[in-house]
Amino acid sequence: MPENFEPKILAFFCNWCTYTAADLAGVSRMKYEPTTRVVRVMCSGRVDPQFVLDAFAHGADGVLIGGCHPGDCHYVEGNYKLLRRFRMLRRLVASLGIEPERLRMEWISASEGERLQKVVNEMTAQIKLLGPLELPERFREWDTELHEETFDKEREVVASGQ
Amino acid sequence: MGNKPKIAFYWCSSCGGCEESLVDMAEAIVELSTQIEIVLWPVAADFKKKDIEAMADGEIVATMLNGAIRTSEQEEMARLLRRKSQILIAYGSCAYTGGIPGLSNQFPREQLLKYVYHDAPSVVNPEGQDPQTEFHDAGRVATLPIFSEVVRSLDQVVDVDYYIPGCAPNPELVLDAIHALLSGNLPSKGTVLAPDIALCEHCPRLKTKPADIAIDEFKRPHQHLIDPNVCMLVQGFACLGPATRSGCGGACLKANMPCTGCFGPMSNVRDQGAKALCALASIVAGTTNEEIDSALDGIPDPVGTFYRYGLAKSMLRRKVNMEPTLSK
Repeated sequence: MPENFEPKILAFFCNWCTYTAADLAGVSRMKYEPTTRVVRVMCSGRVDPQFVLDAFAHGADGVLIGGCHPGDCHYVEGNYKLLRRFRMLRRLVASLGIEPERLRMEWISASEGERLQKVVNEMTAQIKLLGPLELPERFREWDTELHEETFDKEREVVASGQ
Repeated sequence: MGNKPKIAFYWCSSCGGCEESLVDMAEAIVELSTQIEIVLWPVAADFKKKDIEAMADGEIVATMLNGAIRTSEQEEMARLLRRKSQILIAYGSCAYTGGIPGLSNQFPREQLLKYVYHDAPSVVNPEGQDPQTEFHDAGRVATLPIFSEVVRSLDQVVDVDYYIPGCAPNPELVLDAIHALLSGNLPSKGTVLAPDIALCEHCPRLKTKPADIAIDEFKRPHQHLIDPNVCMLVQGFACLGPATRSGCGGACLKANMPCTGCFGPMSNVRDQGAKALCALASIVAGTTNEEIDSALDGIPDPVGTFYRYGLAKSMLRRKVNMEPTLSK
């Protein structure tokens, strides 16, 4: 693992609860690890499993999804939809060889700035232990087995009539 | 032969079902043969690689290539046919999204070879031999293609113009595609030549699908009797119809089996498995981890269920961490 590894965590925070909690943490000057890149979504139920996989595929070391507590969803049941997808997605991600700890879901209400601080710090520490995921690098490595250059050379030979 | 447009058919990592689907065009293929000149079709006609190499670049009007890309030979043929063809069509699920062979992206290459050449119950290999890419005998050298680490869809190796989905594609779609080719009436590059709408919309059971479904338990088709007239999801079977492209005519549903997703996703979806997971998990009943997990336990193999045909072309492409790591 590289020294001074700073995990990159993509965070999807619901507009009504967790994003507001992050705002509160900021206004209250709470210090926490600078590892998250926050995407504000109108509801945690908007988080498509594609977003999560896309984040990993583009170099995220972890994905954190924050929504309202059960029963508190601004849209009544968006967070339950997230929860159902998350339970399945965690298993899918694990069977594809990504440690399930890299995907985390938390209910954090608008008043829980401290909880947000704690969750981000915890998750950062956990991912530091796991090390970088580095999927873009791995994709490149996998594709070194393709033979493009060899065949392009053949093509030049054919084209030049040798 | 004259100036009839040249068409090539080729196969890579495939089962032969796609070849069958060409033959399934029945009399139509006889009629077609008066309008086109087939220049390559390994399953049925005796043309060689050197015949293709002797052609000018772009001399073939269209190549329909089925099967995923797994070996160096398949990669070489894909590149050769790409060069010689004006239009390259990924034919069938394997060429389109990796298909069933793509599922082997869950295992390291060495583990696959060990199983196939040593551990499988049907193997007879007393000397414990492994396939080699080169074999020397009496001054002669025989070669075998390199078995690559990763299974790829055709467009992960070469540029692809159109896709015909399906495992296997149905003859009507193929005929439509060939007629479009012959008339020059082609859609924009990259189009999947099938309707861009979910299978549910064309499902014979659509009327029995309510607006809201809550699944308490996913059932597995081999363990339960399936009502032939009622929506599979209502009955609790993991049917991928909501997240799968239409165009198959609901063949599996007519045979009383749930959709497994062979036609791939609609054009607004980038990862078939993630979207299929999204569609099915969202309609699970229950609001606690325990309730939800107990319903989802009926899907013991999420990769095989949601990515049955789409793992190679998925965002993660293959199992990320596995030992041993890449051997070159």
